[in-house]
Amino acid sequence: MAIGLHNSDFKNPVIRWVDQRMPIFTMMQKEYGTFPTPRNFNYFWNFGALAMVNLMIMIATGIFLAMHYTPHTSYAFDSVERIMRDVNFGWLIRYVHMNGASMFFIVVFIHIWRGMYYGSYKAPRELLWMLGVVIFLLMMATAFMGYVLPWGQMSFWGATVITNLFSAFPVVGEWIVQLLWGGFSVDNPTLNRFFSLHYLLPFVIVGVVFLHVVALHITGSNNPLGVEPKGPQDTLPFHPYYTAKDSFGLVIYFIVFAGLVFFAPNYLGHPDNYIPANPLVTPAHIVPEWYFLPFYAILRAVPDKLGGVLMMFGSIAILFVLPWLDSSPVRSMRFRPIARIAFLLWTICFFVLMYCGGMPAEEPYVTISRFATAYYFAYFLVILPLLGRLERPLPLPESIARAVLGGGGPMPAGAVAKPMDKA
Amino acid sequence: MAETAGATASDGTPRRDFLTLVTTAFVGVGVGAVAWPFIASMQPARDVLALASTDVDLAPVAEGQAITVMWRGKPIFVRNRTAKEIEEARAVPMSQLKDPQADQTRVQKDNWLVMIGICTHLGCVPLGQKATDTKGPYDGWFCPCHGSAYDTSGRIRQGPAPRNLEIPPYAFTSDTKIRIG
Ligand code: HEM
Ligand code: FES
Repeated sequence: MAIGLHNSDFKNPVIRWVDQRMPIFTMMQKEYGTFPTPRNFNYFWNFGALAMVNLMIMIATGIFLAMHYTPHTSYAFDSVERIMRDVNFGWLIRYVHMNGASMFFIVVFIHIWRGMYYGSYKAPRELLWMLGVVIFLLMMATAFMGYVLPWGQMSFWGATVITNLFSAFPVVGEWIVQLLWGGFSVDNPTLNRFFSLHYLLPFVIVGVVFLHVVALHITGSNNPLGVEPKGPQDTLPFHPYYTAKDSFGLVIYFIVFAGLVFFAPNYLGHPDNYIPANPLVTPAHIVPEWYFLPFYAILRAVPDKLGGVLMMFGSIAILFVLPWLDSSPVRSMRFRPIARIAFLLWTICFFVLMYCGGMPAEEPYVTISRFATAYYFAYFLVILPLLGRLERPLPLPESIARAVLGGGGPMPAGAVAKPMDKA
Repeated sequence: MAETAGATASDGTPRRDFLTLVTTAFVGVGVGAVAWPFIASMQPARDVLALASTDVDLAPVAEGQAITVMWRGKPIFVRNRTAKEIEEARAVPMSQLKDPQADQTRVQKDNWLVMIGICTHLGCVPLGQKATDTKGPYDGWFCPCHGSAYDTSGRIRQGPAPRNLEIPPYAFTSDTKIRIG
C-alpha cells in the first residue's frame, strides 16, 4: 500500500480505491455497520431514525413546492391554490409537506419524551441532549415560517401575534419586531424573508443533526435500563439488528403518514387558512398549529405581556439545563418509582396545555392552564432537584445482558476481555 | 534591552496577550462592520418609509359611527364619539387605569378619536368598529385574541395588553379633514 493511503478492508476494487483516498466507506461501516448498540432497545429508539427520514421528506417536498410557489402577498395564496389544483401531483406534494410537518413534530415529541423518561439527557450525554433542543427550536422556527407562506388568514395573524411576542422585550423589542417585518406590519417584505429563511433553516437543521449524531457516536446510545453497556455481551452490531428494527418502524410510520395524507389531509390544519390574508380583520378565534398549542397556552396563562413571553420561551429553554436540574444518578424512570409518577403527571400536563391552548382564552381554560403551567415548571425546578436527594431508587440490574437474558448472560467482569463471537 | 529581548513589556504584561487582544478587537469590529449592512437591509426600506401619509375625509362619518382606514399597512380607527361616550371616558379616575392618560390628551377635537387599531398586546385588530361588533365590558373595543378590553378613549382596562391603543401623528387640515402621518 502506497504511503499516505488509508488501510481499507474493502474488497471491491472501486470502493477500495475510493476508500483508501477518502475512507467514508470505512466510516459508514464503523458508525452504521458494526457500531455496538445496546441489545435491549425498545421501539422508542426508532424515533431518531424516523426524524431523520422525516427531515429528508420535508426538504425533498419543499424544494418541489418552491418550484411553483410565489413569495409575494398578491400571489402567494393563489400560487398555493394553483399547486393544489393545476400542478401535476401538486396536491400530493403539498399535503405530504403539510402533514409531514405534523408528523415531524409527533416523531420529535416522542423522541424527546423518550429522552426524558429514560434519562438520556444525563451525563455523559448532556451536549447530545442540548444539540437536540437546538434542533427542536430550529424546527419550530422553520415550521412557523412555513405556515406563513400560504398567506391565509391564520398565516397572517399567526405571524402577527408571534412576531409581536418580541415587542415585549424592553428597549430592543420594537427594533427586533421591525427587523422581522421589514416594515410597520406583517407585509410583503416579511413574506419574502420568511420564504428565504424557511428555505435556509432546514439545511441548518441538517448541520446540527450531523453534530447531534457525532455526539451520539462518541457516548453511544442510552437504553431502556439506563445502565451503560459493560462489554460486548451487552451490545449488538447496528446492522443488521437495528437497521431491521428501524425499517419495521419506518413502515408503520409510513402507514400513519399515508393515512393522514390520503384520508384526512386537513384534519390537523385550520380551515381559516383557506381564506386569503386580510390585514384589517382578525379571525374571531386565532390558534397556532397544534404543535405550538402547549406553549401558546403557557403564554396565555400569564396575565402580564412580558411575563407570558418569558414563560413561553422559558418552557423550552429550561430543557437546556435539565441535565443539571435532575441530580439523580439513576437514568431510567423504571427504577425511580416517585420520579416516574411525577413525570407521567408532567406528560398529562403537557396534553392539558395542548388542549387549553386550542380553546378560547376564557374560564375555565385560563385557570386550568395556570395550574398546568405551574406543574410544568415545578417538575423541573422543584420536583427533580428534590427527588435526586430524597428518592430511593430500585436496585439497578448488574448489566444489560443480565437483565434481558434472564440472568443467563455471562458475568460482565469476566466477559469484558473476551471478544463476542456473535454476528 | 527589555523591548527587544523580552516577550514581556515593562509592566509585566506579556506582549503576546496584547497582540491577541488587539487582533480579537479588530476581528470583532470587522465582523460587526460587515454584519451591519446585512442587518440594516432587513429594516424597513426607503419606499416603505415613504408611504407616510394618508388623507381622510371625516364629513361622511356621523356621530356614533366609526371608519377604518389604512396607514403604513396598519388599520387606523377613526370614531365620531357621542356625548355619552366622551362623558364615560372623562369620568374615569386616573387611578383605575393601567396606562394612565387623560382622555383630553388623546384627542385633538373632543368627538374625534383617531387611533392605531392594533392591540398593544400582540397585534390583533380589536373588535368594536362595526355596529354589530362586541365592544367589550368597557364599551369601547374588545380584542378577541387574548381578551383585552379597551374603553371609549381606547385605553386598556382589562386583559394582557400593557398599553392604551396608540395615537398616530395626525393633524386637522380643515374642519372635516385629517392627514395621518
Ligand atoms: C424542517 C423542515 C421543514 C418544515 C418543518 C416545514 C414546514 C412547513 C409548513 C408547516 C408549511 C405550511 C404548509 C401549509 O399549511 O400549506 C410549509 C410550507 C412551505 N414550505 Fe416547508 N418545511 C420544511 C422544509 C422546507 C424546505 C427545505 C423547503 C424548500 C424550499 C420548503 C418549502 C416550502 C414552501 C414553498 C411552502 C409553501 C407552500 C405550502 O404552503 O404548501 N419547506 N413548510
Ligand atoms: S393581541 Fe389583543 S389580546 Fe392579545
